[in-house]
Amino acid sequence: MSSHILSWLVFIPIIGALVSIVYQQAAKVKGLDAEVVAGTHKWIAAVATGIQLLFAVWLYTMYDPAGGIQFQEKFSWIPQFNIDYFLGADGLSMPMILLTALLSFIGVVSSWKIKKSPFGYFAMFLLLDTGMMGVFVSLDFFLFYIFWEVMLLPMYFLIGIWGGPQRQYAAIKFFLYTLFGSVFMLLAMLGLYFYADPHTFNLIALIQSASSIDATIWGINVQVLIWVALFIGFAIKVPIVPFHTWLPLAHVEAPTAISVILAGVLLKMGTYGLLRINYPLFPELVYWFATFLAVLGVINIIWGALNAIAQVDLKKMVAYSSVSHMGYVLLGMAALISESPAGAQAGINGALMQMFNHGTITAMLFLLVGVLYDQAHHRYIFYPKDYHDPKLAGQPGFGGLGAKLPIYSAFVAFAFFAGLGLPALSGFISEVMCFIGGFSVFRTLTIIGTLGILLNAIYFLRAYRYVFMGPLNEKYAGLKDMTGREMFTLIPLGILVLLFGVYPAPLLDMIAPTMNALVDLIHSAGSIMGIQ
Amino acid sequence: MSNLLSLSDYLPEMILLGVILIAIVMDLVPATKRFTKGFILVGLILVAAFLYQGDTSASSLFMGMSAHDPFGTFFKWLFIIATFFVVLIAKYDDGMDQSIAAEFNILLLIVMFGLFLMATATNLVMVYLAIETVSISSYILAGMLRNDIKSNEASLKYVIFGAFASGLMLYGFSWLYGLSGSTDLTIIRDVLMTQEGPVFVVYISILMVLVGIGYKLSMVPFHYWTPDVYEGAPTPLTAYLSVAPKAAGLALMIRFFTMTFTDGAGETVANVDWTVLIAVLSAITMTVGNLLALRQENVKRLFAFSSIAHAGYMLMVIPVISTDSSAAIMFYLVPYLFMNLGAFFVAIAVSNHTGSYDLAGWKGLGKRTPLLAALMVIFLVSLTGLPPTAGFIGKVYLFSVLIKHQQFYWLAVVAVINSVIALFYYFRIVREMYFTDSDDTEPLRPHPILTWSIISCVIPVLVLGLYWSPVIDWVTASLKMF
Repeated sequence: MSSHILSWLVFIPIIGALVSIVYQQAAKVKGLDAEVVAGTHKWIAAVATGIQLLFAVWLYTMYDPAGGIQFQEKFSWIPQFNIDYFLGADGLSMPMILLTALLSFIGVVSSWKIKKSPFGYFAMFLLLDTGMMGVFVSLDFFLFYIFWEVMLLPMYFLIGIWGGPQRQYAAIKFFLYTLFGSVFMLLAMLGLYFYADPHTFNLIALIQSASSIDATIWGINVQVLIWVALFIGFAIKVPIVPFHTWLPLAHVEAPTAISVILAGVLLKMGTYGLLRINYPLFPELVYWFATFLAVLGVINIIWGALNAIAQVDLKKMVAYSSVSHMGYVLLGMAALISESPAGAQAGINGALMQMFNHGTITAMLFLLVGVLYDQAHHRYIFYPKDYHDPKLAGQPGFGGLGAKLPIYSAFVAFAFFAGLGLPALSGFISEVMCFIGGFSVFRTLTIIGTLGILLNAIYFLRAYRYVFMGPLNEKYAGLKDMTGREMFTLIPLGILVLLFGVYPAPLLDMIAPTMNALVDLIHSAGSIMGIQ
Repeated sequence: MSNLLSLSDYLPEMILLGVILIAIVMDLVPATKRFTKGFILVGLILVAAFLYQGDTSASSLFMGMSAHDPFGTFFKWLFIIATFFVVLIAKYDDGMDQSIAAEFNILLLIVMFGLFLMATATNLVMVYLAIETVSISSYILAGMLRNDIKSNEASLKYVIFGAFASGLMLYGFSWLYGLSGSTDLTIIRDVLMTQEGPVFVVYISILMVLVGIGYKLSMVPFHYWTPDVYEGAPTPLTAYLSVAPKAAGLALMIRFFTMTFTDGAGETVANVDWTVLIAVLSAITMTVGNLLALRQENVKRLFAFSSIAHAGYMLMVIPVISTDSSAAIMFYLVPYLFMNLGAFFVAIAVSNHTGSYDLAGWKGLGKRTPLLAALMVIFLVSLTGLPPTAGFIGKVYLFSVLIKHQQFYWLAVVAVINSVIALFYYFRIVREMYFTDSDDTEPLRPHPILTWSIISCVIPVLVLGLYWSPVIDWVTASLKMF
């Protein structure tokens, strides 16, 4: 079993979905009570993602940080096109695998109360889970691409059927945006295959051959074109401003668990793709691109934060905070070209840690917003000025919930502080590492970027003040505090946030060897070019 | 090969003719009338069996009129599959006039015979005869719903456009004959190869041939008949037209453009560079098809425009003069056949319930008939070209031709942007099915044969999306042309 552990990780959710389908048919034939059937579908999904999580933890215990790419599985799949079924895990994919498994399980638990056709919901959720896990373990570009695209359809349905009022528009906008990005990725993938010698989709083999591609199309270097085409695909997913407009809409309209997955896992795929494909395949181009990436990163930090400040909807605010937080990742990634190895290592390790930490923190934030929304049926910090009820327009949406919901407000305070980067919580460590890295190359940019921390504090604290402090809004005197199930979804995330805030070593040890090897790879390319 | 000897390689066609004749008689005799359809289906299986038995070498038949080669056989398989499905389900379309069901099936077989000829013709006269056999039967088939004014209109439009296009093509043939003194494609090619410099007359004749084939493929600007004919014709025929004649047209296109109008070394004949022309037409075809599909409210019209767009995708590789481009087109046709037929069959099932092909009739289908809706989603995903379906693999092969041969990159960019546009209108159907509720909550009850036909279309779409080695082997083995 352990020799195919990655395959199990990928396909356990699909097996769960198939069980669900079979059960659904059987239940229809037997005419079982709808309530019972719905309950079973929940449990099937919970067990499938639970087993997946156990496998992920097992993988973690077996993983040797110094061992390079591990748990490899490789079979020839389509020999005529040199496509392999090639899976493997290294320090780059490990945190993402763990994050995916954890958030998928939490996502299922937090969807416990889903009313509208639970069968379809959980089947789609499990399909999505397979797609996500597949992306993070594929080492064959073709396989990677298939998993990448497989995610789109379930996500479209999950937003479009179970989402908020504008769900139809949000769903198709998400789909069109991501597909637009991925079709260019497809061309880049085929370009890589045919220009690299030997022809292969193997991402490890391509590290050797891709950087020696020597050709031009329309007078532009093919390597640059491939880089840019891949970048468009990944940038839309991150999302990098100005490709971000699908994000607030999709995050806000999606049901809570799907927002968690979107922000927690899907956004990371963009930066993961850059680190998995662009960086090692074209190390020389990293030097060419890094400054641009750093500028984009800082724009993301500032633009996302300013937008978050302007939001009156709590969920939208959290969505924009993701744009801002992903900016740190980009800045850390750009710092890889730093002349000092220490700076480069701090930047790139910080970037990957930020990817993990943002996953846990933003998941908490979306879950907490969901808890409030489930009871209050709105999530306005302030009612918008053009709200349909003129008496409420511009008024605070809540107020004084702190006294009424002590546990809830404690969790929110914890998550908000993690989001704004309070020391001793995990976000702080990774943000600081990104800044340390960034500062060693892009001084001015990094100084501007640090403003983001301040801006982040503004909107989180302001939201906290108007929702939880002051006199209690009597309309919400009947709110109940968090249930055990809700706490169950939040506590593991909280523990991770706190743990990696005071003791990031387990995470850092896991990723550092791989990331430092990436630094060496790129620096050696730089030294050949005479930059380093 | 002499006429008499040729017959031994012509068994499938002869059996097909026999089946047609017997079916006509059977339909006239009251005692056997009700067995006609069953007989036709068995006959098709018999044709397939003899096609399977036939030898795989390439030879010329009937003194250069026709070819017997694996390339033609590949297309014949597609025609048999398409015809079989359409004959099988035609009865379960409530929009069909059942009193003429046998005539419909028999005419369909005659179309299929014409398609067989189209895929193998190697002589201008044969090409023309084949196209006319297909066209004339199709005109009648399109107008078969005598009491439906749209069907009448479809037939008439089809005739007028068809006559015009084949007239122009015939004119082009006469120029080719005048240039070379022969109607044999190989001789024409040899003569054209000796021409020096761009020859204006060669250009004109190539253009005329393109009109005739372009009309069959519904290539822009010869596509105007497509939406009206697709909408007006009986839906089983629409499904057939969107697949089989299009495949035959592409077979002909490959024979003309990758064989006759090239010198065999990857260059065009007589320095007449038709590649850019076809590349531009392909880009326009897919863009026009996709953009016009965006606002269609009638599913049949929507699929008419979608089929125009797909013709554009397949034409994309013709300008790359290589066997790779033929292989990519042939590969693409396999999923295209199944996903298009499947989508039309679902449309038939829906319209049997609602009585129309309006998109609004699809509302709430996901709740009413989950199986049918889910199958439709798979077809639409495949038509859009998303993994893990065969439509995606087909697109990958098309794109990879352009990139492998390092030509027409701009065309690849146009094509990928087009697939994003296509997503929007294909998923309008998904939106209707899943995101909107209908007042009508009654589940659809399609006839089991219709359901099973749809399921058998979905299997290749899914399986070939995950494992397509056998098909690519088959395509590679079928590239041998006479």
